[in-house]
Amino acid sequence: MTAYIIRRLLLLPLIMIGVTLIIFTMIWALGPDRLLASYVKSPEALKTPDAAERLIKKYGLDEPMPVQYLKWLGNIIQGDFGYSMVGKKGVLPSMLERFPYTLELTIYAIVPVVLVAIWLGVISAVNQNKFSDQFIRVFALVGWSLPDFVFGLLLLLVFYSILGWFPPGMVSTQFDLVMRTAEWKTITSMPTIDALLNGRLDIFIDALRHIILPVLTLAYLWWAYLLRITRSSMLEVLRKDYIRTARAKGVPERIVIKKHAKRNAMIPVITVAGGSVMGLLGGTVFVETIFSRVGMGRFLADAASLLDYWSIIGGALFFSFIMVVGNLVVDVSYALVDPRIRLE
Amino acid sequence: MPKKRKSEFRKVMKKYWTNGTAVLGTCLLFFFIVIAIFAPQIAGVNEMGDNYQIPRASWSSKPIAPSAEHPFGVIGGRDVFYGVIWGTRTAFRLGLIITSFAALIGVIVGSISAYFGGWVDEILMRITDIFLSIPFLVAAMVMTTILGKGLDKVIIALIIFGWMSTARLIRGNILQAREEQYVLAAKALGQKDWVIIIKHILPNTIFPVVVQMSMRIGSYVITAAGLSFLGVGAEPGYADWGTILSFSRNWMTMLDQSWFAIVFPGTAMVLFVLAWNLVGDALRDIFDPRMRS
Repeated sequence: MTAYIIRRLLLLPLIMIGVTLIIFTMIWALGPDRLLASYVKSPEALKTPDAAERLIKKYGLDEPMPVQYLKWLGNIIQGDFGYSMVGKKGVLPSMLERFPYTLELTIYAIVPVVLVAIWLGVISAVNQNKFSDQFIRVFALVGWSLPDFVFGLLLLLVFYSILGWFPPGMVSTQFDLVMRTAEWKTITSMPTIDALLNGRLDIFIDALRHIILPVLTLAYLWWAYLLRITRSSMLEVLRKDYIRTARAKGVPERIVIKKHAKRNAMIPVITVAGGSVMGLLGGTVFVETIFSRVGMGRFLADAASLLDYWSIIGGALFFSFIMVVGNLVVDVSYALVDPRIRLE
Repeated sequence: MPKKRKSEFRKVMKKYWTNGTAVLGTCLLFFFIVIAIFAPQIAGVNEMGDNYQIPRASWSSKPIAPSAEHPFGVIGGRDVFYGVIWGTRTAFRLGLIITSFAALIGVIVGSISAYFGGWVDEILMRITDIFLSIPFLVAAMVMTTILGKGLDKVIIALIIFGWMSTARLIRGNILQAREEQYVLAAKALGQKDWVIIIKHILPNTIFPVVVQMSMRIGSYVITAAGLSFLGVGAEPGYADWGTILSFSRNWMTMLDQSWFAIVFPGTAMVLFVLAWNLVGDALRDIFDPRMRS
């Protein structure tokens, strides 16, 4: 087991270096002229005739690719990701400032995703081919086919434009002003949690009102997916001999399902649940754009439309890092739960 | 033995047509194919030139509600009906091109990796891991930002980051097939490695890839539409479901004025993806030997 974890930990930096290499190759393919544009902050810098060539030399944009890559990697390791046009400051501080908002959104989404998906998946499997099973399966199939940005736009259309219940944004304007005053203590940067810590129940409820639609959008696609995994895993376990044994010796059906079947069916669900958390993070690009929230996803979307290369690279590295670490955690927990994996 | 193969084919087809969801999926797909073929007859053509550019219906950017002249309304000066109908062709083009090229790369990488094993396998699989470590949407966004706007760039980006799951799938299947008697026999007869791969192993391991391809077409079309929605995909005004949706980004606070620009292309997208998912589900049930009795 320890050997397995060590092997995976050793692979982690290798994979991250591979990721930086792919991302750098993409940006390098832009060529020195277009890359230079992202260094120049004002037209003044380009006034003299040979300015462009001089700047290309200064930033080493004409050097061979491996040299440029190592330089860039050195800067990244020291935390220098370049200047962000979207954040109007360094890329790293801009990202750190936005990350808590995305984290808040994801945390709210994970709980309903995992609980509801497992609950519905078990119901569906236990009542195989009955009405409730058919209904849940159709729901899952349609859900899986509905793109998250279309769903988000529809929610915004119905619950904001038509009904006016849940507005977009982070908090209402009057509370936003409160949050900018000196008395407001920013502890976690997450509006709902900070509101509670500051003892402002009204702001907490307001922030919740703003986060409901984004959370629903983020969650529903993965309900559909996780539900299908839970169902098929449960169906497989229910055919096992030990389930028949348990039923034969007179264990109540409720306990057979809860204790004997569900626990064993959860093994594949763990990996997929872990994977879906990573997927949730990618979905924040659409959700934060549609509901005009601040966060990492919106950062990436804004950077893409402004052609802010260093912000895009920073964002991509950030999402990849979370994905790599997340996959590691999933694999290790999988090995802990299922002893058969360790033998490989 | 052609006679036996035919009966096997018939058995498969019979099973396919008795599956309700498969029939529904096929009908939906057929419906979209008809729309794509007869797009010029249904929505007309662009007299100004390129048919894939939605013709201007008005010079004001204000949304105009559906009317007899523009049944799905007008947004950003563009006729939504025209965009949805011609967008069907775009969706097929995107889905089929991306899926076939991504699958081709995946099959090549996966079969080389599995057949040769050893360090070749180790290196190719670690490269696959690395490509899988960048979230698909994020990778596509980086790529299209760098390549620039346009549908061809979206296609390239999605192919480059879309081959990995096929590579893993085919590798696993070949590793199983490699130990089979017929491969050992071919080897003993002194056939070349690549002949064995192409003539003996691939035909026996390709069906799961076909199933996977049919399931992925929908998700590629969604991702491409998502990129267009974010403004890094097809150019504005191109007949594509995602670009029509992206016009709504200017009306985000009053979507009730432009609901038609979300509902109609959105419905087209859902049905298109649903059709491929249903067909894929049915194909999986048929080709999975464990499901056959």
